[in-house]
Amino acid sequence: MRFSGLRVLKEGLTGNKGWTPHWRDPEPRPEYDIVIIGGGGHGLSTAYYLAKEHGLTNVAVLEKGYIGGGNVGRNTTIVRANYFLQGNSEFYSHSLKLWEGLEEDLNYNVMHSQRGIINLFHSDGQRDAAARRGNMMISQGDDAILLSRDELRKMLPYLNYDDLRFPIYGGLYHPRGGTARHDAVAWGYARGADQRGVDLIQNCEVTGIDIKNGAVRGVQTTRGPIRARKVAMVVAGRSSQVAAMAGMRLPIESHVLQAFVTEGLKPVIDHVVTFGMGHFYISQSDKGGLVFGGDLDFYASYAARGNLPTVENVMEAGMALMPMIGKARVLRSWGGIMDMSPDGSPIIDRTHIDGLYLNCGWNYGGFKAVPGSGHVFAHLIATDRHHENATKFRLDRFRTGRGVMDEEGKGSQHNLH
Amino acid sequence: MRITCPYCGERDRREFYYRGAATDLDRPAPDAGEEAWENFVFLRENPAGVTRDLWYHEGGCGAWVVVTRNTVTHEVLETRLASEARS
Ligand SMILES: Cc1cc2nc3c(=O)[nH]c(=O)nc-3n(C[C@H](O)[C@H](O)[C@H](O)COP(=O)(O)OP(=O)(O)OC[C@H]3O[C@@H](n4cnc5c(N)ncnc54)[C@H](O)[C@@H]3O)c2cc1C
Ligand SMILES: [Zn+2]
Repeated sequence: MRFSGLRVLKEGLTGNKGWTPHWRDPEPRPEYDIVIIGGGGHGLSTAYYLAKEHGLTNVAVLEKGYIGGGNVGRNTTIVRANYFLQGNSEFYSHSLKLWEGLEEDLNYNVMHSQRGIINLFHSDGQRDAAARRGNMMISQGDDAILLSRDELRKMLPYLNYDDLRFPIYGGLYHPRGGTARHDAVAWGYARGADQRGVDLIQNCEVTGIDIKNGAVRGVQTTRGPIRARKVAMVVAGRSSQVAAMAGMRLPIESHVLQAFVTEGLKPVIDHVVTFGMGHFYISQSDKGGLVFGGDLDFYASYAARGNLPTVENVMEAGMALMPMIGKARVLRSWGGIMDMSPDGSPIIDRTHIDGLYLNCGWNYGGFKAVPGSGHVFAHLIATDRHHENATKFRLDRFRTGRGVMDEEGKGSQHNLH
Repeated sequence: MRITCPYCGERDRREFYYRGAATDLDRPAPDAGEEAWENFVFLRENPAGVTRDLWYHEGGCGAWVVVTRNTVTHEVLETRLASEARS
């Protein structure tokens, strides 16, 4: 089934009776060439690019719950390429380019909206840092514009410019940044992978990884054993548990990150605005809800819900930045389990076990990486070589100290990011 | 979440600074080797279930507290002074 404007019109006029399920619901086969553990954004995009770029279609994605039930359906949907460090910047640049062609590629409306992102700054020193970051973005081939306070005021008249603690000096504007509909990204990749022959197997939890003579042989699941020559672990917040099935300990701690959405309002916030000093960021969804969030709760957690102190912090920061927000009513809040790495950067690598691959450590920023991560991970799995835009996400960087990528300059130990 | 400080009693989570896994108390010898140090600084059990972590009663008495906690339910099961938990 292909989507088109004509098709939507026709279905609309005939009671929408012609739509069919977007993907099959196959029984797991006893053996595949490649098994991907985790049907989140990264697992699905990996399967899609394995099929599309490498012609590998004897592939299964095993998902313990349902497609889109993990972080891929819980995030605040921000997509950007404003990274500073080599290693990160070429990767996120690569990912953003894939986003820009994604809807045609998938024949699926993921509502990618390049409405622009503005990072605020509040001192001369921060302005210098923003200018430096902007120059790095431009030299990577992406876009960045340094906005003065007056220029910013024309774009975002609703901010509180004269807050005593954090007066606004200006902002770094990244016009190609924006948002996308998170569920649609999962569904679009799922549909695309399925159409190319990948089996998406839901309600199938991996409970063991079979290893013999240092090589992977397959997995044990709640729906029976499945043999495979290659197995990829792409389970975000659950990475430590799955890696433990292969006897591995990872440099990962799982933390809870919360997010919030208000009732639907008429258009009021046209961009994504981030207020780093208050750990607050906000955008408005196409349905009209103000979607916003803040920092981690800052303790290891698998609860997928947080505590009140963080809720309070986020609300206070929002009120300090844009007092008008106090009139909106919060509808819902939720949390997701984040795979936090010590330096805040991800891991995309082989493991010491032949045929076993690892993709994790996305911290709170893995949604924008969904296309790029799947693309370079598929390359690694298919060719056993790192993709040129993802050579630095190595697992051994913590042991050796070589190539640690601390984007925020906070240090490379747990609980600093 | 409320945490019972052995000195101050049950207090709001806001009074505490979170340090991370209580394995921080098991510092290897300086010459223990790369593997032992990687294990100590970076690698984590990261359990979904009962864990032990270190909290600092910053907004109270200033004690370091080892909290035994369930990461899935946020239930606090036991708290001890780090100085005692260590010995
Ligand atoms: C509140 C919040 C806001 C965020 N905001 C942003 C943002 O604005 N921009 C951004 O770039 N990123 C953001 N993120 C981060 C982003 O959502 C994640 O980094 C990313 O979604 C993680 O990758 P994933 O989609 O593959 O994860 P998931 O969707 O979590 O996929 C992992 C899957 O693995 C499955 N699984 C686990 N264990 C097993 C097993 N044993 N067997 C089989 N399957 C298993 C899980 O059920 C899950 O479906 C945010 C996250 C949260 C929680
Ligand atoms: Zn105390």
